[in-house]
Amino acid sequence: MAPLLLRLYVTGHTPRSEQALINVRRLVDELDIGPHDLEIIDILEQPERAEEENLLATPTLIKVVPPPIRRVIGDLSNLRAVAEALGLDRSSPPGGEDGNAG
Amino acid sequence: MLDNMIASSVPKMRTGIPGFDEISNGGLPLGRTTLIAGSAGSAKTLFACEFLARGIADHDQPGVFVTFEEPPEDIRENMKSFAWDIAAWEASGKWAFVDASPHFTDDSVTIVGRYDLAALLARIEHAIAKIGARRVSLDSLGAIFSRFQDSTLIRGELFRIATALKKRGVTTIMTAERNAEYGPIARYGVEEFVTDNVVILRNVLEEEKRRRTVEILKFRGAYHQKGEYPLTIQPGSGVTVIPLSSIQLKQRSSNLRISSGVEQINTMCGGGFFRDSVILVSGATGTGKTLIVTHFLKGGAAAGERCLVFAFEESREQLFRNASGWGIDFAKLEEEGHLKVVCFYPEVMGLEDHLVHMRQAIADFKPNRVAIDSLSALERVATPRGFREFVIGLTSFIKHQEIAGLFTATTPTLLGGTSVTEAHISTITDSIILLRYVEIDGQMRRGVTVLKMRGSMHDKNIREFTIDGAGMHIGEPFHNINGILAGNPTHSPPATDLPTA
Repeated sequence: MAPLLLRLYVTGHTPRSEQALINVRRLVDELDIGPHDLEIIDILEQPERAEEENLLATPTLIKVVPPPIRRVIGDLSNLRAVAEALGLDRSSPPGGEDGNAG
Repeated sequence: MLDNMIASSVPKMRTGIPGFDEISNGGLPLGRTTLIAGSAGSAKTLFACEFLARGIADHDQPGVFVTFEEPPEDIRENMKSFAWDIAAWEASGKWAFVDASPHFTDDSVTIVGRYDLAALLARIEHAIAKIGARRVSLDSLGAIFSRFQDSTLIRGELFRIATALKKRGVTTIMTAERNAEYGPIARYGVEEFVTDNVVILRNVLEEEKRRRTVEILKFRGAYHQKGEYPLTIQPGSGVTVIPLSSIQLKQRSSNLRISSGVEQINTMCGGGFFRDSVILVSGATGTGKTLIVTHFLKGGAAAGERCLVFAFEESREQLFRNASGWGIDFAKLEEEGHLKVVCFYPEVMGLEDHLVHMRQAIADFKPNRVAIDSLSALERVATPRGFREFVIGLTSFIKHQEIAGLFTATTPTLLGGTSVTEAHISTITDSIILLRYVEIDGQMRRGVTVLKMRGSMHDKNIREFTIDGAGMHIGEPFHNINGILAGNPTHSPPATDLPTA
């Protein structure tokens, strides 16, 4: 089974960035997505990383592997929608799919 | 009005785009954002690129180009035709791209929840800091609105970017699309967040002819010239704005006289043409306009001056043959460097392009005299308005160089009449010479008169002249004949001669 690599790009500690961080942790904790790596990148500190990915919007979550590459823009407030967009949806009913926690 | 009064305090940044700094009274507002709005094909991207290219080439000011539409490789390629080597500038840290062009298909991107464009701003600020940019271009905003559905959010984010750029003190251009040449400023209401400075580029189809113009709609708190100015695009140099009226104010006038090449015409003009004047020679076909041009050039060469002639009616060979028929050797004058003959078929390009070429030829050859034979031929390729602008633009340029210009205009009727050319330019020429056919006792004879000679006394007579192998010979005034100028000569009984002035 191919390892799962997710990258979350945020900008500093804005409410939107914090929200996305909480939601992505819930995504990996509460949904059964299997073994994975999660990398958090603050593009205020590493703007060249945003350059590499041609990012415009933040927060952005990218599923790097396995292919195909998928991108989700936003604070990830709906976990089920995020999982579906990333192709991680195993149709097992996840825990708190409703966003806006925290 | 109020704007103008707070005004003049807003400093400008010279763009380096020829003509634009004149109509903008010094360039774009320094450290501000200017919206460049235009329909498809109105040269927005070129303008945005040239703003940076001129900054690097002329002022050593690095620039950041944020592209939302075309990928950087396309821009690098397209701008090669203007002799701007963007790749080299990137290598030397003068130019940086922020590539915001679409890279991934829509179905690989999903939007879940709220977002902003902080990543874009971070990239732009990073690029500015990396190369020490003074200029930034964003091209074009419409593309980003079509990628993110929420226009209100995008407007807010772009406003944030504009504010951040202002804080950094860089001078910024943002381009935006328009749907129509005359109507709302731009799509998606982008003018709502960059309201201070708006420039509009147009590419209008007018009487089957394309006409490009630029208009500065507003500069908050700064002076600029009002109205539309013609704009042309030249391979090798880019955008040129033709600043018509704004350059007229500076010209000086000279009391130095130069020879017309014909002694009697000098006498009729009160001692010759003024050195930096513009002279219009008007007459029907075959009255001798090209002859006067030939004498004018010969007169310049004889005084050791350099003369440039633009011929739009006759080929080189014809001109040379005509001249030798009047005893003047053009080939020899060219060899000696006193003369340059430039022949163009009027239809090969639009008037704006003619104007740019002519200005270039004048700048290159640095003549003391310029002749155009004939202006009327150029009327064919333009709208009346375009022609008027051309004539004004050319006249101001020539006057600005402090050289003498002699233009010919062909009247549509054999007897009397005026040409459209005359109507357009009579007020901006310093001298007008009329050549007329005069029908007397079943014979066509020729008459010449100086209608106007600004700043000088001149002969008010209509004199007969003849043409032979040595050129033009001016004789006595026509006596007892009235109505020559009207094209309806009638004999009148001998009366007391009017004294000549």
